[in-house]
Amino acid sequence: MQLIFEKSRPGRRAGRLPAHGLPVPEVPAGLRRDEPPRLPEIAEPDLVRHFTKLSTRNFGIDTGFYPLGSCTMKHNPRVNERFAALPGFRDLHPLDEESRTQGALRLCFELQEALVEVTGLDAVSLQPAAGSQGEITGLMLMRAYFADRGEAERRRKIVIPDTAHGTNPASVTMAGYELTNVQTDARGNIDVDDLRGKVDEETAGLMLTNPSTLGLFDENIEQISEIFRSAGALMYYDGANLNAVCGISRPGDMGFDIVHINLHKTFSQPHGGGGPGGGPIAVGERLAPYLPVPAVVREGDGYALDYDRPKSIGKVRGFYGPFGVFVRSYAFIRAYGPQLREMSEAAVLNANYLLALLRDAYELPFDRLCMHEFVLSARRQKREHGVTALDIAKGLMDHGFHPPTIYFPLIVPEALMVEPTETEAKETLDEFAEAMLAIARDAEERSEVLKEAPRSTVVGRLDEVKAAKRAVVRYLFEDHPDLSGDPAPVGVEAPKGV
Amino acid sequence: MSYLSLTDGDRDAMLEAIGVSTIEELFADIPAGVRFGRALDLPPALTEQELTAYFEELAEANADPSQTVSFLGAGLYDHYVPAVVDTVLQRGEFLTAYTPYQPELSQGVLQAIFEYQTAICELTGMDVSNASGYDGTTVAADACFVAKHATGRSKVVVTEATNPQVRQVVKTYAPGFGLEVVEVPHRDGATEPDELREAAEDAACVIFQQPNVFGVLEPAPDLAAAAADAGALPVAHVDPLSLGVLEAPGNYGCALAIGEGQSAGNPLSFGGPHYGFLAARSEFIRRMPGRIVGETTDAAGNRGYVLTLQTREQHIRREKATSNITTNQTLLALGGLVYLSWLGPQGLREVGETCLALAQYAKDRLNFPPVFSDKTTFKEFAVRVGRPAREVVSAALEQGIHPGYPLGRDYPGMDDALLIAVTERRTTAEIDRLAEVLASCS
Repeated sequence: MQLIFEKSRPGRRAGRLPAHGLPVPEVPAGLRRDEPPRLPEIAEPDLVRHFTKLSTRNFGIDTGFYPLGSCTMKHNPRVNERFAALPGFRDLHPLDEESRTQGALRLCFELQEALVEVTGLDAVSLQPAAGSQGEITGLMLMRAYFADRGEAERRRKIVIPDTAHGTNPASVTMAGYELTNVQTDARGNIDVDDLRGKVDEETAGLMLTNPSTLGLFDENIEQISEIFRSAGALMYYDGANLNAVCGISRPGDMGFDIVHINLHKTFSQPHGGGGPGGGPIAVGERLAPYLPVPAVVREGDGYALDYDRPKSIGKVRGFYGPFGVFVRSYAFIRAYGPQLREMSEAAVLNANYLLALLRDAYELPFDRLCMHEFVLSARRQKREHGVTALDIAKGLMDHGFHPPTIYFPLIVPEALMVEPTETEAKETLDEFAEAMLAIARDAEERSEVLKEAPRSTVVGRLDEVKAAKRAVVRYLFEDHPDLSGDPAPVGVEAPKGV
Repeated sequence: MSYLSLTDGDRDAMLEAIGVSTIEELFADIPAGVRFGRALDLPPALTEQELTAYFEELAEANADPSQTVSFLGAGLYDHYVPAVVDTVLQRGEFLTAYTPYQPELSQGVLQAIFEYQTAICELTGMDVSNASGYDGTTVAADACFVAKHATGRSKVVVTEATNPQVRQVVKTYAPGFGLEVVEVPHRDGATEPDELREAAEDAACVIFQQPNVFGVLEPAPDLAAAAADAGALPVAHVDPLSLGVLEAPGNYGCALAIGEGQSAGNPLSFGGPHYGFLAARSEFIRRMPGRIVGETTDAAGNRGYVLTLQTREQHIRREKATSNITTNQTLLALGGLVYLSWLGPQGLREVGETCLALAQYAKDRLNFPPVFSDKTTFKEFAVRVGRPAREVVSAALEQGIHPGYPLGRDYPGMDDALLIAVTERRTTAEIDRLAEVLASCS
């Protein structure tokens, strides 16, 4: 399909400006642009067709089942889009007077209160723009907390299990901390013996996802919590998997001091092909003074922005956070109310049902009931038939499904990480299981079908090595290379990550 | 209300298939001591109709934006967002997709990001753009991280005439990055190249804003040259809508160009979500933060797009990654692409010229002295209103005009300074009204 730049024709345009009839002041030479940017020149009909065609070359939850592990691809209620577009929200300037933004501040405050209740902690900042920004904000809070106690120089280490999302170690480095890895035991929990030897007076804290990226609730969480508590260290909860435990178990009650919540996962902000998200953090009382400014607070009958927080780490993002995301997520929470627990129950039920249908066809590295997701291994298919997790993922596309997350977590070879979410119907799970079983049979009987997959998509398997090697990351107009003339090396790099 | 699909019959059949008799048994691994023993204390569930009433009530508890003519900017602006942006962004295939990890099912969003990257490179005169950052503040912190590793230096310089929120975010991130932050004061609303040169000694990068927070055009090429002379990377923070009339940072020697994308295609939305952009010269490509889409082919030679250069990223490189970004602002960046395509090069130039012309008209109509004399401005300018600007704002609002941003909130000694933003959405009649109202309440 052509790029919009390739459809461009000189002189075409869509938008026009109202005439102002005024002289245009001169921009001084040297500051003035003389060579215009080569933006597309296209009329509105073809503009709409271009993006509509692009959309048909994309798969969303609206298109079909999307069991991408650790991403919580649940239905996105459409009424929430309508709320975010209400003029009173959409056209509101964040620097307008507080007296004129009371509805927005109230919404922020009520969302904070709801997140306090769901996490079992005491105070919330909505400011971080995504889970990974919540992480680094949480680590900054740890630093500020220990600096206040005169322990910042000594407490340099953050402990992370080997199952962690890649964001955790990346955040640790960016926050200026050192990483200590801890192993996973035979049941898929943190190896408590390994942990004991790694937590000491130099430890600032732990970063843990619970349930873990294996989809397993850490059975030793109380011991883990005690180890950190007695070392005077803090505990950070990566909320990527909060969808499993709303109303069932709260991070604050597990002993965590800081939690980030992925509003685009648990609370249904549409992921938009990569964002926006929201990564509010909830903290215990002792960390509240360090939260970003401003805080949204209640003041008499109204709501206000409080900048007078001398111990605050400062600002991590502009203004008060991604407000449009708050509107959608708060509407989602209000739709469920106390029945959020049923949401998590259904998520866990769906995952365990799907696991029951698949556990004989694929290896299950940790044989337990799962929480909201589970991790299978295609190790047997690879060993016996040369069929990899990547082949299985591509094969699923030809059955009309989005694949699960693959090759993550790193400790499971040929990992297939499946998260069905609570919004799927039983028939959908049955159909997906049938496809996975058909693929397991194909691996045994006609593995070439999987090696050649996908065949039903708009492009075949793409050469990621060539993409990285050639690094063509923008259209280059008349100098644009023709990569099809560049013979592809055999084999492709497996896409990873969540 | 809930969005669940299971019937009671489904549940029973599923529990049986699992081999348990109750849902409670599925949670057996959760130790009793950390189980939540009561119902969540949240307001009762609402139906869609009830939700609608409640959210309309919240939205209406804000001042009705349609009843106020606003000249408020200071970083986010009331520019026109065309209908095609909403049309495209509400396509479920874009709206409800995840990050495009499986490229064969994600060509739509991948190609769109590739086109977005191209548009940002064209706007800024750069070689490479990432797929977006969180907003115009966090991309400044990202730029500092790039510069630290590119130069091995541990200081960054930010001009005082850069938007205060950008500076605050850089200062919040700096300790973790191991960076010291030095600010260079403005002189009568603009930055002196010589003073910047001195501060830039041993700095990893110099961040300046063009036009700066006061709306004033900085001597940007001279600032970039001063930074480069000290061996620091020049980083320009630019308004995308200015780049039809103002020179592109890539054409005056900047290493990186960053900015807040809101003015190009996103509604105000009380401060977010919007997109930040970060573009650079090609030598920094392997140090870029965040996602990047690249072109490739399938086995049959068909052109396609994938997330590329992933060995920079957290899921591969973990603690050695160039950033921790996973979720970015793709949908808002797509809004930016649609908007910029709707405008085209001629439209972009006309938006810039309209802002210039209307802002000049406003300057001429208002009988207030400029805060900074003899300075060229773009769409925003500061005047002294003769009494605390906060009071003037309150008084003008009584008459349906939001006249601007009181600069005293951020800059000591500027209590009587009002920063007035004039976008292409304003009319000469509205500006006349602004002049009348300000005259009456100053």
